[in-house]
Amino acid sequence: MAEKGRSSFRNPADESFAAKGVLLFLTLAYLALFLILPLASVFIEAFRKGWTDYYEALVEPDAAAAIRLTLTIAAIAVPLNLVFGLAASWAIAKFEFRGKSFLITLIDLPFSISPVISGLVYVLLFGTQSVLGPWLKSYGIEILFAVPGIVLATVFVTFPFVARELIPLMEDQGTGDEEAALSLGASGWQTFWHVTLPNIRWGLLYGVLLCNARAMGEFGAVSVVSGHIRGVTNTMPLHIEILYNEYNMVAAFAVASLLALLALVTLALKSLLELRFGAGAAGGRH
Amino acid sequence: MTEPAAAAPVRWRLKQPSIIPGFGLTLGFSLAYLSLIILIPVAGLIWRTAELGPAGFLAIATDDRTVRALIVSFGTAFAAALINVVFGLIVAWVLTRYRFPGRRLVDAMVDLPFALPTAVAGIALAALYAPQGWIGQYFMPFRIAFTPYGIVVALVFIGLPFVVRTVQPVMEEIDREVEEAAATLGANRFQTITRVILPGLAPAILTGFALAFARGVGEYGSVIFIAGNIPYVSEIAPLLIVIRLEEFNYSGATAIATIMLLISFVMLFVINLIQAWSRKRYGNG
Repeated sequence: MAEKGRSSFRNPADESFAAKGVLLFLTLAYLALFLILPLASVFIEAFRKGWTDYYEALVEPDAAAAIRLTLTIAAIAVPLNLVFGLAASWAIAKFEFRGKSFLITLIDLPFSISPVISGLVYVLLFGTQSVLGPWLKSYGIEILFAVPGIVLATVFVTFPFVARELIPLMEDQGTGDEEAALSLGASGWQTFWHVTLPNIRWGLLYGVLLCNARAMGEFGAVSVVSGHIRGVTNTMPLHIEILYNEYNMVAAFAVASLLALLALVTLALKSLLELRFGAGAAGGRH
Repeated sequence: MTEPAAAAPVRWRLKQPSIIPGFGLTLGFSLAYLSLIILIPVAGLIWRTAELGPAGFLAIATDDRTVRALIVSFGTAFAAALINVVFGLIVAWVLTRYRFPGRRLVDAMVDLPFALPTAVAGIALAALYAPQGWIGQYFMPFRIAFTPYGIVVALVFIGLPFVVRTVQPVMEEIDREVEEAAATLGANRFQTITRVILPGLAPAILTGFALAFARGVGEYGSVIFIAGNIPYVSEIAPLLIVIRLEEFNYSGATAIATIMLLISFVMLFVINLIQAWSRKRYGNG
């Protein structure tokens, strides 16, 4: 789509110079107003009172506990959904079976459910008014307002990310490589490790990146199941909310800047993958 | 694939034969995990709603505060999705057709709302669009933050990538010769765009709109900071669910959640219909 040969003659299948200018201006203004300025303001507000206040806000015990909890949650939730994503995309992309499209719709379900509802379903399942909650409690197992509940809600919300990335990629690649490996005597696991996995590694990495960004940043679902116990069940996004409601803006934006940094790194890696391995699926199609 | 076309006519089978192993294991694991994490909990929600009975459900569904919250949620999500269709189309057009310095960076930035945690977006937007904020001060005495307009601002941010990312790949596929043909036949540029290009983009635009709308309806994290959360005015349905839960009013929370789920399922169904229709008509999804 590169423009060849600029001359004073205007291609009738192209907009006028003025129209182009207006459209470009609208694009940049719109993105500045809704993307760039909010992002910039996070860092400016965080450093409003200088480096020491910024640093203090991050090492303060409750903030440090929130950061640890967020890392723990992501370290449990992301691998779970990674294994699921691999299993589901293998079954869906490598085989033809009945009810396949219905299964894909079910996997997408969490995308169309409000995060608050994702948390609510676990409150109903494990709350004090449920059958399961008090029963588990009698064995000393706490789900709600404890780490397991936060993990469950996070897994729910980030459920489709890896599978969503892998299914189209593996469907595109077909089954030829695997069939060749198998007919040459490779076992099922060998085929997976040495043939399929290298083919999908970049798409897989991309799915894991998105899954991780969402897992660390999830607010609505986690807010419903966490119980907001400071230093115990407060994740980073919940800690931001508390600080903000206490009008402790510098601290709120300091913690927020860490998550904004995570978002920027995620975007940078994504662009890098697309640049090296082609746009779209960011996958290893050669 | 290895099945001879004429053989074995009407024997029902779950899957086509294949030499690739692991179907039972992977499908079994996927279904078990899906059931445990998603299906059983969601079924529990529907079960609890059914226990309310039609009268109990209707009483909550027609409660004034519930209705207002649903109107606020769906109204603001609709407005934000419309804004995103207009500007999303312009952004996608500029990114696919024009070459300018920093285009790649702008293109990458479009995905920011997918990666930025909603709570971070929420406090940043609230600070910017507040009456004393960088942007908000220029709009005074018209208030953006802490009114329904603030909700629209947050939902525009959240839904921004959807239209751009659904429309962009279809735009890249447009054959320039069609536009040239339209121009040779005497169409001016505006006519070419509105009569030739836009109709082909319609399914992608509709899909993007539906995705942004569905996401906006359920959005919570970015909205609650900027909305002001005034009951009957700027209180969204997900927030009302949280409030009901804090009051230990589980039936109230459950009923509102079910109404939202039902509407979301209808949305999902419509999206699938649009995509099936577009595949049939244009050969792409």
